[in-house]
Amino acid sequence: MRHLMSPLDFSVEELDKLFDLAGDIEAHPDKYSKACAGKKLASAFYEPSTRTRLSFESAMLNLGGNVLGFSDAGSSSASKGESVSDTIRIISCYADICAMRHPKEGAPLVASQKSLIPVINAGDGGHQHPTQTLTDLLTIRSLKGRLGDMTIGICGDLKFGRTVHSLINALIRYTGIKFVLISPDELRIPSYIRDDVLRKNNVEFKEVVRLEDVMGELDILYMTRVQRERFFNEEEYLRMKGFYILDKEKMKYAKDDMLILHPLPRVNEISVEIDDDPRAVYFKQAQYGVYVRMALILTLLGIEV
Amino acid sequence: MLNVGKITEGYVLDHIEAGTSLSIYHDLKLDQFDRTVAIIKNATSNRMGKKDILKIECKLDELNLDILGFIDHNITVNIIKDGEIVEKMQLELPGEIHNIIKCKNPRCITSIEQELEQVFILTDPEKEIYRCKYCEEQYSSPKVKRELLRRR
Repeated sequence: MRHLMSPLDFSVEELDKLFDLAGDIEAHPDKYSKACAGKKLASAFYEPSTRTRLSFESAMLNLGGNVLGFSDAGSSSASKGESVSDTIRIISCYADICAMRHPKEGAPLVASQKSLIPVINAGDGGHQHPTQTLTDLLTIRSLKGRLGDMTIGICGDLKFGRTVHSLINALIRYTGIKFVLISPDELRIPSYIRDDVLRKNNVEFKEVVRLEDVMGELDILYMTRVQRERFFNEEEYLRMKGFYILDKEKMKYAKDDMLILHPLPRVNEISVEIDDDPRAVYFKQAQYGVYVRMALILTLLGIEV
Repeated sequence: MLNVGKITEGYVLDHIEAGTSLSIYHDLKLDQFDRTVAIIKNATSNRMGKKDILKIECKLDELNLDILGFIDHNITVNIIKDGEIVEKMQLELPGEIHNIIKCKNPRCITSIEQELEQVFILTDPEKEIYRCKYCEEQYSSPKVKRELLRRR
């Protein structure tokens, strides 16, 4: 039985198959509308989540399956002190597959060790969020037609952003990838990514402070939030924040076919005036999130259509 | 000079950093091991000045010494049979460590899950880096290792 804990659990070839399936789902949704009839997804969300939980539930409903679960720890038996190991044993009796979000890092892995059904890590604290990474990869692959040979700018909080670290780890497996890492000094990529991942694998990258200096080079711009509380002082935040807000002015320097991605939610780092720009694909990205989760559910359940 | 007799079968752990033999005694769970054990503190050493030694009289298959490589791979392990040294074991870093140290990451599931095994995986043998199996928190420098071991 297969689980998904990290985006690296799947080989590049397996991801290709998954993305092909997601592409077919996008093109022929009716073909898959009863694929999971009679199957149940348990959505075990120990902390609040809007997009991820609804995306999983939408994915299962699109496949003709059913959904049960809880959306915060307070309404689960965790509030009575039940362990993750015990909870998943019980869920295994009620459902065919489980998507689990938990504030503690490694909780879905603990669940997978005791589970009788496939477990998908739907986010474990600041550790992993593999289906976000799969969503990002599918979005790039679907809209660019490839996952290699491109310059990817990642902008914002590169120090604490787990989606950024996962994305870099996943993308270095493709050839011809070059990274431009755009952040204030305080939020630079940590050394365990810079040295142990990028340098160790001879991946070309550069680190810059101002987004507009590099806009013209990018094929993909992956935006993330720069949070006020991450800065040492308010003055520094006010001085820097303008560098990381994407607006029409900065978009003038961008290539015509550059794509803007964002894991969402955004706060103010992308001006709403960009939303209608065809290069802004962050809402489409959410749609790809449903397709990739549908493909994942089918793959882990071993259902072929 | 104090003399401790020879053992017939078992292990002599030599070149232990002076003052650490008792914590190694506990790390190897020798306090729960029903065999003869001699702890020698502050013995004279040409190489180290002072050193500790542990002598353990037991069958060779009774004791798992894998963890020693993680604690201090400078320790010399002499394997004794019929009163003679038959082999000097080269210590290597174990691929996995179970229930010896605890993950100190408060966000890790090991901090709350009942009776969950503490597992650390060797992810970079060159830099001697272990990571918690669950949260991937990194444990590398000998200092951190020692502190963790002492805090057990």
